[in-house]
Amino acid sequence: MATEQRRIILKNIDVDGYTNDIGCYIKNGGYEVMKKAFGMEPVAIKDEVKKSQLRGRGGAGFSCGLKWSFIDASKVTKPIYLICNADESEPGTFKDRQIIHKDPHQLIEGMVISCFANSVKLAYIYIRGEFPEGARILERALQEARAKNFLGKNILGKGYDLEIYVHRGAGAYICGEETGLIESLEGKRAYPRIKPPYFPAVLGLYMCPTIVNNVETLCNVKHVVDMGGDAFAKIGTPNNTGTRILCVSGDVNKPGYYEYECGALTMGELINDVCGGIRGGRKLKAIIPGGSSSKVLRADQTYKIKQKGADGQMADKTITLEEIPMDFDTLAAVGSMAGSGGIIVMDDSRDMVDCLENLAEFYAHESCGQCTPCREGVLWMKKILHRISHGHGRGKEDVDLLQNVADNIAGRTICAFGEAASWPVQSFLAKFRPDFESRAGETAGKEGK
Amino acid sequence: MTMSKHPMNPFNHDLAAPDTPLVNVQIDGIWVQVPKGMNVVEAANKFGRFIPHYCYHPKLSISGNCRMCLFEMGTPKMGPDRKPIIGEDGKNEIAWMPRPQIGCATQVSEGMGIRTDSPLAKECRNGVMEFLLINHPLDCPICDQAGECKLQEYSNDYGKNYSRFVEDKVKKPKNVDIGERIVLDDERCILCSRCVRFSKEVVKDDVLGFVNRGGHNTLTTHPGKRLDNNYSLNTVDICPVGALTSKDFRFKMRVWFLKETNTISTWDGTGCNIVVGSRESTVYRITPRENEAVNSCWMPDEARFEFHELQRDDRFTRPLVRVQNDFLPSDWKDTLDQVGQKLKKYSGGQIAIIGSARMTNEELYLLGLWAKELGVTLMDVLPRPQEADGFLISNDGNPNSTGAKILGVSRDGKQLPVIAGQIASGEVQALVSFGEDPADCGIPAASLDKLGLFVFAGILPNASTSRAHYILPTAGFVEKRGSMINILGRLQRLGKAVPSPGLARDDWEILRDLRSASTGGNSIHHYEDVFRAMASAHAEFAGLSWSKIGDLGVPLELGAAVRGQESSKPANENLTLGI
Repeated sequence: MATEQRRIILKNIDVDGYTNDIGCYIKNGGYEVMKKAFGMEPVAIKDEVKKSQLRGRGGAGFSCGLKWSFIDASKVTKPIYLICNADESEPGTFKDRQIIHKDPHQLIEGMVISCFANSVKLAYIYIRGEFPEGARILERALQEARAKNFLGKNILGKGYDLEIYVHRGAGAYICGEETGLIESLEGKRAYPRIKPPYFPAVLGLYMCPTIVNNVETLCNVKHVVDMGGDAFAKIGTPNNTGTRILCVSGDVNKPGYYEYECGALTMGELINDVCGGIRGGRKLKAIIPGGSSSKVLRADQTYKIKQKGADGQMADKTITLEEIPMDFDTLAAVGSMAGSGGIIVMDDSRDMVDCLENLAEFYAHESCGQCTPCREGVLWMKKILHRISHGHGRGKEDVDLLQNVADNIAGRTICAFGEAASWPVQSFLAKFRPDFESRAGETAGKEGK
Repeated sequence: MTMSKHPMNPFNHDLAAPDTPLVNVQIDGIWVQVPKGMNVVEAANKFGRFIPHYCYHPKLSISGNCRMCLFEMGTPKMGPDRKPIIGEDGKNEIAWMPRPQIGCATQVSEGMGIRTDSPLAKECRNGVMEFLLINHPLDCPICDQAGECKLQEYSNDYGKNYSRFVEDKVKKPKNVDIGERIVLDDERCILCSRCVRFSKEVVKDDVLGFVNRGGHNTLTTHPGKRLDNNYSLNTVDICPVGALTSKDFRFKMRVWFLKETNTISTWDGTGCNIVVGSRESTVYRITPRENEAVNSCWMPDEARFEFHELQRDDRFTRPLVRVQNDFLPSDWKDTLDQVGQKLKKYSGGQIAIIGSARMTNEELYLLGLWAKELGVTLMDVLPRPQEADGFLISNDGNPNSTGAKILGVSRDGKQLPVIAGQIASGEVQALVSFGEDPADCGIPAASLDKLGLFVFAGILPNASTSRAHYILPTAGFVEKRGSMINILGRLQRLGKAVPSPGLARDDWEILRDLRSASTGGNSIHHYEDVFRAMASAHAEFAGLSWSKIGDLGVPLELGAAVRGQESSKPANENLTLGI
């Protein structure tokens, strides 16, 4: 049996009688950590975050402490901005939405602490256009916080000013890319910026130093300050600290969101014990472990990882899919990523061609179209897949072409969307190539599924 | 003159400040020195390694969207002591990055490695080239850009020669009327955003943008806006493909048939450097020619259409002699002999000459010389003050006011009322006008009728030409050589693109022959003789010859008397700073 959930972020969420208003939050100890933080030096808070080894929960898993260290408030003459990336759009991911809807003050408290630590006077919550209710809840929560002087001028008499605004997106996946988000926030088309030179920490929002953090990451900051960086770093495994909210969707009996310590449970435990196994007693076929952009993992394959043996030396170990522990480093080691925590489970009834076509359609629809390989290539991949799945494939030639198109996109684009769109194609073809070749060999009218 | 950043261009990626230190970089295996911070496209180009690009333009912000300039980049390989490892050649070893970088947005730094032709760089280029073509209509046979299309050129150099694309192409709007002078074909557009950036950054008329997403991205004007500013046609010039075409030029002539002649615009005092595209004796288009001291890469739209005037049906193409109320065509010898004979009847005080600040220095020099020989003192040009636009339109509508001043023909228009008065009073009985309509100079038709002799030398009929006794057809600005001095005191050359129609002649030849006919012989036989004589007579041109002016012109050391007046300066301070 798997370990118990360790609900830190989700502690109060879905608890009977817990509401998302400020009274309920304060009754449950809310904003106490903020008061604690105000008693600390901003630099000390940043140190705790560094010590905590907190990694970003948005998808890339970048060290939060390192990101914050790029900006030295004592040397910066321009304003510093903090943006909460609440553009949760990665297919298969639905954790931030729960926080925003059910515990918005946790996010606001985390933001106030993060802003204080980084000398930020103005912060934004960029929320996706498809979350109108979330935006409304956040607006109300911010109003409540202002009324209590947790925001605004001279917060709690500490001489610190901070304002947070909610900005709603207009329904584009690319707005989750941090520089695209910044462009959108500036009122422009969300075309991601070229890096160099436009690193947010240097030339971010309005060309000022800017920190962009995910909702869950900012909530974690509160808990880092609460328990101290060292204590936080003890949760999970080394370099994979804290908890992770796992969003499980697809062919399991109990899809949903669960919070576990990083690496505390394996993929198999998650699917079988936590999520009640594969639906309808079917067999597991494949898993996309970190949002739709992460590379697919095949159930009947084995994976090589390095693990510390009993002698303390790193040793190669071969494990099955179900034995993969759910943490950042292991998922990277097996050729995928923990990404946004969106775990998509596919059983043996799923046709991989159809699954990939579905994903390709999403990316073709969401490519911003700024740079050539992504704009042209992603739509091309969708068209090839559509053709193959509709019985107009040209056999191996099409599969090779699809592979080559994906290879010509990845690593050649302005932002990570190029990888996000081509990794699924590359990995599906790598793992399920025979499925594609046989489907592409079928002629029109014969598919009859 | 310094190579300072040209203020008209917020960006000047191709010019490094003079004091920029050099860094050592390895380009395709060869170590060279380039100014630190220069982008890789420009740095490589300095050493003959061309990196193809579409969206990059040296005078616009870096967009980095086309991905054609991807190259393989290396950084100095570091030892355990965090110092570069030095190889046998005394240079640092290079650690090559697996991920290609874009040349336009990458600045050179010490020890950098650049591979423009490695398998990775080639693969990237080929991939981008294929992507750009899959949804392109490939309608080169009916596309005006054919022959000067980067898509064509690079597909020849880096393309596949066949298509792997069997899907339906994306359909986009065609023949879109986005401005008075411009047509857009969205299917040809490669979304490089050069036109968008030009409009926003250079002209500050932010009317263009993209709508829709991904493969359906479409260039368009913002709702209710049109690309109608006076610099709109520059977007056609910088469009690397056939998406934006000029209504005036499209479907007129294949560009590979065009002969290109370097010259300058005579639209106003700026003297934009231009290229005239002509075939046989017809001019088809005028495009700007880069000159950082004058117009950078740009020019106003209205100056591009100046040549149409020269193609009007009512243009004078033969010398005309008035007989009662009719004009009879004549030949040059007869006409000029008659004019010469008639002029001899008048004393210098009875003759007035109206020159033009649209004439070349050489013409003005001969005119001044002739006036002196005739003893004429009443002489001036017609000033054309106008409103400057803060960019390339100056406040002087004449292209050569400075030259007219130096060469003594211009009195800033102050003598025009005197001339008008003395014609009205009958003191002046003979008038010679070069190009200007006396009516514009304040001389009414009734006065002209009093004249014993009115000679008009020019190109087109005007309100007064019907009163002339002799009409001498002259050459247009694309039909002759000569020099002019722009409002900044820069001496620039006109080049001859096409012959004059019919019997129309170069003005300097007419003046030479008029001098011979009226005041006796002279020693001027060739065009170069005129410049030589002028240069020895006027200190401003000392040491210069026609060939020394070169295609980009030379700044003249002009005395305050000539250059100093505020009125001859452009409202646009940018222009003055450009020198």
